[in-house]
Amino acid sequence: MLEPHWFRWVRRVGLTFLTVFAMVPVYVMVTSALKPLPDVQDGFRWWPSRVTFQPFVDIWDTVPLADYFVNSLIVSTAATVCSVTIAVFAAYTISRHSFRGRRVFSVTVLSTQMFPGILFLLPLFLLFVNIGNATGVELYGSRLGLIVTYLTFSLPFAIWMLVGYFDSIPRDLDEAALVDGNGPIGALLRVVVPAASPGIVAVAVYAFMTAWGEVLFASVMTDESTRTLAVGLQGYSTQNNVYWNQVMAASLVVSVPVVAGFLFLQRYLVAGLTAGAVK
Amino acid sequence: MASTTIPEAPAENGTPGPGRARRARPRGRPKLSRAALPYILLAPAILLELLVHIIPMIVGIVMSFLKLTQFHIRHWTSAPGAGFDNYRLAVDFDGPIGRQLLDSFWVTVMFTVLVVGISWFLGMAGAILMQGAFRGRGILRALFLVPYALPVYTGVITFGFMFQRDTGLVNHVLVDQLHLMSDRPFWLIGGNSFWAMVVTAVWRTWPFAFLCLMAALQNIPRDVYEAAALDGAGVWQQIRRITLPMAAPVNRVVVLVLFLWTFNDFNTPYVLFGKSAPEEADLISIHIYQNSFVTWNFGTGSAMSVLLLLFLMAVTAVYLAFVRRKEKSDA
Amino acid sequence: MRVRRVVPALALTLSAFALAACGSSGDESESGASGTPKPGSTITYWASNQGTSIEHDKQVLQPELDKFTQKTGIKVDLEVVPWSDLLNRILAATSSGKGPDVLNIGNTWSASLQATGAFVPVDDGLLAKVGGKDRFLPTPYAATGAEGKPPVGLPIYSAGYGLYYNKKMFAAAGLKPPATWEEMAETGKKLTGDGRWGLALEGASYTEGVHNAYILAKQYGADVFTKDGKPDFTSPGMVQGVKRYVELMSKDKIVNPSNAEYGQGTQALKDFATGKSAMLMWQASQGSLVSNGMNPDDIGVAPVPFPAAPPAGAPHVNSMVGGINISVFKDSDNKAGAAEFVAFMTSAEEQTILNKAYGSLPSVKDAYGDPAFQTENVKVFQKILAETATPMPQVAAESQFETLVGTAVKDLIADAASGKAVTDESVKSRLKEAQDKMAAAG
Repeated sequence: MLEPHWFRWVRRVGLTFLTVFAMVPVYVMVTSALKPLPDVQDGFRWWPSRVTFQPFVDIWDTVPLADYFVNSLIVSTAATVCSVTIAVFAAYTISRHSFRGRRVFSVTVLSTQMFPGILFLLPLFLLFVNIGNATGVELYGSRLGLIVTYLTFSLPFAIWMLVGYFDSIPRDLDEAALVDGNGPIGALLRVVVPAASPGIVAVAVYAFMTAWGEVLFASVMTDESTRTLAVGLQGYSTQNNVYWNQVMAASLVVSVPVVAGFLFLQRYLVAGLTAGAVK
Repeated sequence: MASTTIPEAPAENGTPGPGRARRARPRGRPKLSRAALPYILLAPAILLELLVHIIPMIVGIVMSFLKLTQFHIRHWTSAPGAGFDNYRLAVDFDGPIGRQLLDSFWVTVMFTVLVVGISWFLGMAGAILMQGAFRGRGILRALFLVPYALPVYTGVITFGFMFQRDTGLVNHVLVDQLHLMSDRPFWLIGGNSFWAMVVTAVWRTWPFAFLCLMAALQNIPRDVYEAAALDGAGVWQQIRRITLPMAAPVNRVVVLVLFLWTFNDFNTPYVLFGKSAPEEADLISIHIYQNSFVTWNFGTGSAMSVLLLLFLMAVTAVYLAFVRRKEKSDA
Repeated sequence: MRVRRVVPALALTLSAFALAACGSSGDESESGASGTPKPGSTITYWASNQGTSIEHDKQVLQPELDKFTQKTGIKVDLEVVPWSDLLNRILAATSSGKGPDVLNIGNTWSASLQATGAFVPVDDGLLAKVGGKDRFLPTPYAATGAEGKPPVGLPIYSAGYGLYYNKKMFAAAGLKPPATWEEMAETGKKLTGDGRWGLALEGASYTEGVHNAYILAKQYGADVFTKDGKPDFTSPGMVQGVKRYVELMSKDKIVNPSNAEYGQGTQALKDFATGKSAMLMWQASQGSLVSNGMNPDDIGVAPVPFPAAPPAGAPHVNSMVGGINISVFKDSDNKAGAAEFVAFMTSAEEQTILNKAYGSLPSVKDAYGDPAFQTENVKVFQKILAETATPMPQVAAESQFETLVGTAVKDLIADAASGKAVTDESVKSRLKEAQDKMAAAG
C-alpha cells in the first residue's frame, strides 16, 4: 500500500493501542509474579514493593507442578505427533486421490468442529471406560486417553489446512517422484512433505496449543497421576488462601514453553496459513 | 468451506513402474491396492473421529431421549426413556428452564456478535497497519500474537485478577488514577460481567484473525496497489477496493471459525466465573454444563446440547450457502 | 464386489489403528496400576482436600495409612482429590463403576448420592465393626442419608457454623458478641469504619449462600421442603430468612459490598484473619486463620445469632451440620478391606489425630477426651454441633437445591452490592424461580 504522511500517524496510534491491549495482562502477570503476597492482596500496584522470586520457588511445593508439567508435555507432544502424522496422510489422500466418500468424509470431519464439547464429554468418558473393560486398554484416567482425545480435537482443522496446502503444491512434483520409482507413500514423504513443511509446522503448533490448554475434558478424564497443567493450576486457588502471586508465577512458567515455541515458529505459521487456509 | 478447498480429483496418472520401484506396493494385486490405498491412509483419521466425535455424539443424542438423572446414572443404559420430554422442557419458554435457556441463548448471541465483530475489526486493522516495512515490525507482530499463544486459562485467570473490585488493575486505573468514577464498580458480578467477558474473549481471539488476515494481505501483489495509487485512489479507497475484496476468501473462513469457537466458548466464563456464571454472562455452554454436570441431569443437558448443535449446523449451512452464492455472483 | 474390497480395507484399517495406538503405548503402563486393586491386598482411597493444600493432606494421611497397613496388611493407595474435581470424579466413578474402594463425600451430598445406588449401605455388620451407632454424635450421624434408609457413609470430620469475632477489636470497642440478628446489626455498625467492616461473607459462593439461607429460613419458621419432599421456597419464613441474610449487606451495611464477588471459599476468611472485618460466620478453621497471620489469642467464637423474636414453632437452630463422611463404593472388589479401613478411620485414636490435624471436630464421642478438643473455642463448636445444628435437607435432589437456592442467594447479594433494592418481592421472585426450576427438573 502506498501511504501518505498522515497514515503513519494512524499507524502509530493504532499499533500503540493494540500493543497496550495485548500486553497489559502480560505485564500484570509478570509483575504480580514478582510481588510478595501482601502486594497482591491489598489493592493493585503497578510495581512490586519489593521484587522477590520467592513465588517461583513456592509454586513447586504448593501443588506438584513439576508432575503436571511432565504430564502436559507428554500428552501434548504425543497428541501433536500423532495428529500431524494422521493429518498428513489424510490430507494427502484427499488432495491427490479420488475415491468414493471423499466429500462425505471431508464434510463430516469438518462439521465435528462445531460439536459442543459438553454434548460428548460424558458419552466419550463412558466409551473409554467400556473399551477399557472390554479390551484392557485403559483409556480413562490414562495419558493415552487424553492423547487420543486431544489429537482428534486438532485433527479436523489440521486436515483441512493441509489439504489446502497440498493442493498448492504442483502435482508435477509428485508425478516426477512417482516416475523416479517411488510409490505414492514415497512420493508423499520425499517430495510433498518437505515442500509442505511450513504448513505442517503451523498445524503442529496448533495441535500442541490445543492440547496444552484444554480444561474441560482434562478435569473429568485425569486422576492425580495424570493431571495436566490446565487442571492442576486451579490448585492454587482452591485452598485456604489465594496465592495470586503464585498463580501468576505458575501461569508464567506454564506459558513460557508454548509462547516461546509459538513465536519461534510464527514465520512458518504465517507462511503455512498463506498457502493453506488462505488459498 | 470444504468444497472450496478440495480441488478437482486428479486424473488417474503416473503408474509407477513396478520393476524399478524399490518399495513396489502394487505387486500382487495392484488393482485392489490402488483402490484401497485412500481408505488405508484415511483409516486412522476415520477411526479416531468415530471414536472421539461421532460415536459419543450419537450416544449423546440417545441420552437426550432418556430420563438420565442421578437415580439412573449408574445403569444409564437402562434409564427409562423420556421421549421428547427433555426437549419439551428445554423449549418451553414459559417454563423456568426454557426461559433461562432462551436468556442464555440471547446472551451468547450478543457475546458472539460482539466478540467476532470486534476481533475481526482489530485483526483487520492490525493487519493493514502492519503492512509495509518499518522498524520494529517483527517485534510487534510477535507481541500481538502472545495473547493467542498463551494457554487459555492463564490469560483468563489474569483477566479475572485484573477485574477484581478491590485489588484489580481495572478499578485502580478507572477509580484511583483517572477518577472517572467515584464508586468502585463490580466487573465479575452483575451487568458488567458481560463486558468483562467480552473484553477477555476479544483479547484472546483477535490475534487469530490478525494472523490469518495478515497472511492473506501479504499475498496481495504490491503492483496492484501501485496501479490503484496511480489512478488516484487514496488509502481508504485502496482498502475498500483492493484489500477487502482480495481478503474476502480468508474473511469467509475466519469469520466462520471465530463464530464456531466463540459460540461454543466454555473456558472463558468457566475460568472467569467458576461453575455458575452471573446470569448476565451465562453463556450457553456453561449453562448446559451447570444443567448436566452440577445437577447430574444429563437427559436435559444433552437435549440442550443437541438443540445447540442443530442451531450451529443451521447457521453454518446458511452461511456456506450464502458464501457460495456470493462467490458465484462474484465470479 | 464392493464387500470384497471393503473387508481387506477394514482389516488393514484396524491394523493401522493398532499401529498408531502403539506409538503412545509407553504411557499406559504407569497409569493403569491405580485402577484395579488386587483383592485382599490393596484398596484405593479418595480423600477430600481437608488441609491447607493437597500436599499437606498427604503429609497428614500417609503416616496413618502406613499404620493401617502395618496393622492389617492391606495396602492403601491414596489420592487426595481437590474439591473442584470431587463431584465430577464421583460422577465418573458412579456412571462407569470404575472408582475407588473407599472415598470421602461432603455430607450434604449424602441423600443425592444415596439415590444413585452406587454406595454400600451401612449395615449392622459394619456398624458392629465400628463399635455401634451410639459412638457417633447424633447430628453428624443424621447427615448420612435420607431418613428411613440405611446410611451410605459414616461421619469422619464434623463441623458447624460459629460466629468468629476478633477479641481485640471487641475489647477495644467494649462490645460482646451479638446473640440476635438485631444485636448483630448494632454491633456490626459500631465496628464498621476506617476501611474495616463488621462482618465478612463469601458472597459469590453458592454453597455458603445456601447453607446460610437454609439456617436462617429454619430460624424464621420455614420448612423448605414439604413433608413429601416437594420444594417450598416461597413461604414467608423462607423469604424472611433469606432476606435477613442479604440485608446484612443491603440494610445493615456491615458487610463490604466487595464481598459479593468472593467466591473461592477463602477470601472472607482472609479478610477476617487480616483484620479487614471484625466478624465471620464460618465453620471451624482455627488453623487457616492462624496460617493467614491471625494471632490465636484474638480469635473468639460465639454461636451464630438467632432472631430476637422467632415465630412460634421455629426450631432453635443456628448451624447446619457440616462435615465429611466416609463411604464404600459398591463396585469395590475389596469390600472387606474397605470396611476394615472405615473402622480404622472412625476409631477414637485416628479421629483424634486427624481432626486435630485438620482443625475439625471428631464425629465420635470417645475422641473428645483429648485436650486438643477441650479449648474454649472448640467447646463452643462442640456445643453448637450437639445442640443447635441441623443437617441440610436429606433429599435426593439436594445437589439441585444447593445449586439453585445458592445461586439465588448469590444473585441477591450481587444485587445488594450494586445498590439494587432487596425487597420481599425481589427475594421471593428469585426463590420462586429456583423452586420452579427444581420442580420442572423433578
